[in-house]
Amino acid sequence: MGTQKVTRVEGTALPMRGDDIDTDRIMPARFLRAVTFEGLEQHLFEDERAGSAAGRRAGSQHPFDDARYRGASILLVNRNFGCGSSREHAPQGLNRLGIRAVVGESFSEIFFGNALIIGMPCVTASPNDVRQLMDRVEKQPDAVLRVDLQAGTCEVEGFRCAVSMPAHARDALVTGAWDTTGMLLDRYGEVDAVAAKLPYISGF
Amino acid sequence: MGKTLLQKVWDLHTVRTLPTGQTQLFVGLHLIHEVTTPQAFDALRARGWKVARPDRTFATVDHIVPTRERTRPFLDVLAEDMIAALERNTRDFGIRLAGLNDDRQGIVHVIGPELGLTQPGMTIACGDSHTSTHGAFGAVAFGIGTSQVRDVLASQCLAMEPLKVRRIRVEGALPAGVYAKDVVLTIIQRLGVSGGVGYAYEYAGDAIERMTMDERMTICNMSIEGGARVGYVNPDQTTFEFLEGRPFAPPGEAFERAKAWWSSIASDRDARYDDDIVIRGRELTPVVTWGVNPGQSVAVTGRIPSPRDSAEAQAVTDALDYMGLEGGQPIAGMRVDVAFIGSCTNSRLSDLREAARIVRGRHVAPHVKALVVPGSASVKRAAESEGLDEIFREAGFEWRGAGCSMCLGMNPDKLEGNQVCASSSNRNFKGRQGSPTGRTLLMSPAMVAAAAVAGEVTDVRELVN
Repeated sequence: MGTQKVTRVEGTALPMRGDDIDTDRIMPARFLRAVTFEGLEQHLFEDERAGSAAGRRAGSQHPFDDARYRGASILLVNRNFGCGSSREHAPQGLNRLGIRAVVGESFSEIFFGNALIIGMPCVTASPNDVRQLMDRVEKQPDAVLRVDLQAGTCEVEGFRCAVSMPAHARDALVTGAWDTTGMLLDRYGEVDAVAAKLPYISGF
Repeated sequence: MGKTLLQKVWDLHTVRTLPTGQTQLFVGLHLIHEVTTPQAFDALRARGWKVARPDRTFATVDHIVPTRERTRPFLDVLAEDMIAALERNTRDFGIRLAGLNDDRQGIVHVIGPELGLTQPGMTIACGDSHTSTHGAFGAVAFGIGTSQVRDVLASQCLAMEPLKVRRIRVEGALPAGVYAKDVVLTIIQRLGVSGGVGYAYEYAGDAIERMTMDERMTICNMSIEGGARVGYVNPDQTTFEFLEGRPFAPPGEAFERAKAWWSSIASDRDARYDDDIVIRGRELTPVVTWGVNPGQSVAVTGRIPSPRDSAEAQAVTDALDYMGLEGGQPIAGMRVDVAFIGSCTNSRLSDLREAARIVRGRHVAPHVKALVVPGSASVKRAAESEGLDEIFREAGFEWRGAGCSMCLGMNPDKLEGNQVCASSSNRNFKGRQGSPTGRTLLMSPAMVAAAAVAGEVTDVRELVN
């Protein structure tokens, strides 16, 4: 399991501006009424895109509707991206659209973990660097970004900045150990030993 | 140097350090529901794995459950598929299920404590961000995604990063009309919606110590709205009295031994905290959210902020635009269309009692649709046995069956169009209550009751005095 190493992500980017973008916005709850994750990419930000009441009211095109960003593999976001509900449907939808890495100022912990476990790194950059990246991509949507987890950098033509993620998460990705189940089952005897020492398991 | 409860529980449940450097943490109780588990069970089947500890796993149905017409099959075929999947999965893997017609059914974060499944010193995981609720008992409880649900089902463990601890002391008596909901909304407003990222919140101080378990659950429940995945209160006599005699609590003499162990896992007096802040209870007021995240709130007597007075002008402008509000206007007097009393934050018996106290002898305003959704079948029965249902019905509220309901609109209970809802739930995100343009004002259940009868946002203190 999880033998695929994630060390570098390269491709065009999609800038999604705004702080505190919650998972209800990314994937409205009604699309969680399904027993698989299939097709979720069709419903990303559905309630604010073309065809929705908010989309009609908005003066500008939603980044997820903008043809110039179609095929992007890197999502650019601001602060506290993915806050709120723990629904993995949000990162699943993004991943199924083709997003392979997210670069932002900060992430909610649950979203970060849900993305990690499906092999999609969320790396942080300074607010100023995120602004630079977004500005450049908006000016030149076909610009290719390169996120290098080992070097801790994000590069786009003529600009390079530092990106980071907690060392453990980065190691999990670069060694291909991000799909954790196998690793957790590896030494199950030790799990039983820990459980047996807990009085609420062994009996008070 | 002493340890915090978080450190003690973490250490007791640590299996080993994984090759990645993460901690392999044993999960003492895994709560599951219909929405975030079907893909996890499918993954188990695909790999031929069993559920490691069905004896430490408990299931119920809450998110998609209709609260009015519960005849099977449900009219919503997608909802029917999900509930059928949970029934099949729990049967195939030998997991206990408090199903649709079980007298223990209810919102997972209401029934865990109610049944005594939730206990101090446990690690608790559930595929739902409001799992932090269980921290009220001195458990380390956190929400996880579906792939992590798969991990817990297969191995009863999670790969986790350690957390820092911020102590939040609420000191001093709360004024009349100020509830646990107002305390936690104030904490989120002050520390921000991402202020808790990387932290567990330890709620302490004499105001928290005086709180009932229901109130502590309301506070811990909304830790996640402040960015903290974990929130907890040290276990004490109030905790023990709540648990004694519950179906899954230790019986008889074992309960006495359990109390000693539970006491031992509380934070030491000389524990070191990564951060420590104080909230003055006396200064608090009833609070209402005006925006599109739970940190955007104001005292019911206050005015909605203007973009020009805010460091986050763009976010304020965006929120005001969505909410159809003007900066600088008072929040009191804002017309509401719907009043919702329910959710894992505020649907317990004491919440319903407080709301009933406000509506007794009054009537819901003619233009308001009002509903009460008890958190569990057990809360519903208890409320009915003391006549609360009659009080609500006479006042013009609908009295429904247990479930998550209009907190997130996954069942038929949804806002319509851009309705404004006074809600005792936990999230005022855009579209949260089931209509893409629906508007949510978060407040305490008593404040929702006041808004329902007045037809607009009203200071509940004017109705009780």
